[in-house]
Amino acid sequence: MMMMIGLYNYWVVMVLMMIGLYIVIAHGNLIKKIVGLNIFQTSVFIFYISLAKVEGGTAPILAEGINLYSNPLPHVLILTAIVVGISTTALGLALVVRIKEAYGTMEEEDIQKKDNQEC
Amino acid sequence: MLTHLPILQVIVPLMAAALCLILRHPRLVWMFTLSMSGLTFLISAALLQQVVTSGTIIYELGGWEAPWGIEYRIDLLNAYLLLIISAMSTVVLIAAQTSIENEIPKDRHVLFYILYLLSLTGMLGIVATGDVFNVFVFLEISSLSAYALIAMGKDRRALWAAYQYLIMGTIGATFILIAVGLIYQMTGTLNMADLAERLPEVAHTRTVFAAFAFLIVGICLKLALFPLHLWLPNAYAYAPSIVTVFLAATATKVAVYLLIRFTFSVFDLSFSFTTLPLQTLFVILGLIGIFAASITAIYQRNVKHLFAYSSVAQIGYMIVGYSIGTATGLMATLLHVFNHALMKGALFLALGAVMYRVGSVQLNQFHGLGRQMPITMAAIVIGGLSLIGVPLTVGFVSKWYLILAALENGWWPVAVLILLGSLLAIVYVWRIVEVAYFREAEAGSIPVKEAPMAFLLPIWLLVAANIYFGVDTQLTVSVAGAASQSLFGGSP
Amino acid sequence: MLAGIYGLLSACLFITMDAVDVAFTEASVGAGIATLLMLTTIAMTGRTEHTVRHKPFMALVLVSITGALLIYGTLDMPYYGDPMAAAHTHVAPRYINDSMQEIGVDNIVTSVLASYRAFDTFGEVVVIFTAGIGVLTLLSLVRRRKKDAEIDAINDSMHEKNLILRIVAKILIPFILLFALYVQFHGDFGPGGGFQAGVIFAAAIILYAMLFGLSTARRVINQPFIQLLSAIGVLIYGCVGVVSMLSGANFLDYDVLAGDPVAGQHLGILVIELGVGVTVAAVMIIFFFSFAGRLEKPKHEEK
Repeated sequence: MMMMIGLYNYWVVMVLMMIGLYIVIAHGNLIKKIVGLNIFQTSVFIFYISLAKVEGGTAPILAEGINLYSNPLPHVLILTAIVVGISTTALGLALVVRIKEAYGTMEEEDIQKKDNQEC
Repeated sequence: MLTHLPILQVIVPLMAAALCLILRHPRLVWMFTLSMSGLTFLISAALLQQVVTSGTIIYELGGWEAPWGIEYRIDLLNAYLLLIISAMSTVVLIAAQTSIENEIPKDRHVLFYILYLLSLTGMLGIVATGDVFNVFVFLEISSLSAYALIAMGKDRRALWAAYQYLIMGTIGATFILIAVGLIYQMTGTLNMADLAERLPEVAHTRTVFAAFAFLIVGICLKLALFPLHLWLPNAYAYAPSIVTVFLAATATKVAVYLLIRFTFSVFDLSFSFTTLPLQTLFVILGLIGIFAASITAIYQRNVKHLFAYSSVAQIGYMIVGYSIGTATGLMATLLHVFNHALMKGALFLALGAVMYRVGSVQLNQFHGLGRQMPITMAAIVIGGLSLIGVPLTVGFVSKWYLILAALENGWWPVAVLILLGSLLAIVYVWRIVEVAYFREAEAGSIPVKEAPMAFLLPIWLLVAANIYFGVDTQLTVSVAGAASQSLFGGSP
Repeated sequence: MLAGIYGLLSACLFITMDAVDVAFTEASVGAGIATLLMLTTIAMTGRTEHTVRHKPFMALVLVSITGALLIYGTLDMPYYGDPMAAAHTHVAPRYINDSMQEIGVDNIVTSVLASYRAFDTFGEVVVIFTAGIGVLTLLSLVRRRKKDAEIDAINDSMHEKNLILRIVAKILIPFILLFALYVQFHGDFGPGGGFQAGVIFAAAIILYAMLFGLSTARRVINQPFIQLLSAIGVLIYGCVGVVSMLSGANFLDYDVLAGDPVAGQHLGILVIELGVGVTVAAVMIIFFFSFAGRLEKPKHEEK
């Protein structure tokens, strides 16, 4: 029981991750896939940040009278990961735009049909 | 300056990429890129020299010692890979300007070279670093630039291939990120050497098990190990020819490096092979990959697709060598990393020349090409022989050590299967040879000239290297062998 | 739209977990830029979707295995917030306890980001630069001056309807730019720093472009100039490292940049954050102009 209370934060995040992953794999619409990817990545960020929390600590900015701080290292890592995430999203969306122009559709099935016709 | 070589290895192509945007003229940018890549190659050669004579080099970035700061750790394994990557990059660039003239619109040439340098930077950064999060960052640099480079292909299928690679690649990278997070949670550090010390005490936990699983899956996605190879054939086939050469020679090798580095140096070998049934899993997947990919290759009508599937098969060989779990097996894998770069580099470059002259790489366009482009086709023949593993070529050397390692371990069936795989390679190489040499050119088709010097020079450099290193194996075997031994001997 | 809400929600979640810098960044990047890019893409590609879902079964299987593995992995983890977790007792204490003496900056996240792990941040700047170049290769179009005049005329007529917005924007934009500068330089003391500042700065420019028309914005902010800026940010960052090397220390070691190590740290952090801000702002603007520029293409090709 103690374990469940102690860990449920992580479990919630993991459910979010799985939702994101499911969207990426199951949906055929290209934009939805990217949205799913985004959700997946953002939930990983939440996971890292929840690692950083220290019970009773505050934000890691040095201030008078405060002794306990949350761990700053995961914050740094996630700042980087957020930037990586937005870069991937931007590139992915740019690809989607070009694919739409070239194929006229954004559904995975339709694209594969058109490719098979060509070969 | 000499002490700064580790970081210069990565900084030179990085800053060069940014500088390219300031120089605007395409030809100038090409020569600049070529010289910067050449400089990178010289640095990697010097680094290898240093490591061979004085042992592992450690470089603290920002002057902060690990694990509070990020450090670069160059041992025999990385130095070897850095050399392969930078050498291939430089050789390929010789033909680059000529090749992209036909395949990429003029106003994108400068951007192409920037992405190329960024991809090079990313790969060098992954190999040189000793910090696991740093690996993730540079992995994304190399991946993002690869996606963009592939998407520059003429055919619209290049866009779709790039998109699929982006989705699969990002899932893989995110898995690696999850793994790093879990490991950090249990050990409190991100430095590889520090992790090696701290992991054993928590190695039995379920968290570390989960982390390891995620890590392996993530790396295997980048590695294109069957069945996670789905992105590779289309990405290689539809990318601009020069991009295919560069990626085929380097990208998956970096993933092999990551696999070896993580399973040997971070988690130690006994953990890696016993927690997950990695040996059995990899042997099986590797062998299936070899057969499935080789058979698929035989049926391809597009020669780039053919060789792309062949690459998946070659990766299968590398994984089988790794899974044997002995020093000889690992040495065979490392040798194959080097040899595959040479073989596929030469083959795809020759295909690039064909693309340049003929405008297509469909097999039915190869009729009579043996007579019209004799030098280029000869290169394809020799490259093909190397793939099969004919003696006097580098392909033979790695296959030899692979079979030797399997036999040493008592894995007779595996050795037989490896030989069978080579037979399959004969079939798909023969298809090309037959069409090119034994069929007449179509009546009414326009005769093509031999490829220009810009192609012939690097192609034959690689082919010559294929033969040279196939005959004089001393250099490669000693470095690969030493690297393998050091990994088995203990932590770097 | 939903993506934007998700971004804001996660930002709030971050704040409750004491991650103020991250919240700030996620709010601006995740809720701001991501939403903008998605909306632009959807504008070009249409809202309707065939409700064809293929292989949901296999997806479900894969996802369940992955999820189960993840949850299995948590079973041995230290509890949420446990101060004795390895993560908090090994590397982190030095950052918390010693960073004041070694670097002299209040915001520990900034000291780790900009000094201890500065190389990771350099890599991050390169990632965003790569994405900028990638988007340029995919989406940039050659501008033709004649069409600009046509578009201008169309935009002018449309924008008279938005007169109030334009006036308010003209007043707001300088403040937004000023806020961006504040965030840039205040990162040492409170949440903030190069990334957030860069995004806010870009937001101001994008606001201007949205209300006054793309071609007007292009005249104010020159395209080649912005591309150059993105490269310059990377070079500034790298040059700080090179200067360190030339002064005899390792790459990105700020101690040698000034007479006393702490002053050197301050200087180093200041300059690299500037490099970060410049590149991030430039790339965000490149993103917007590339996407929006492509949006205009089918519209005026129809005419």
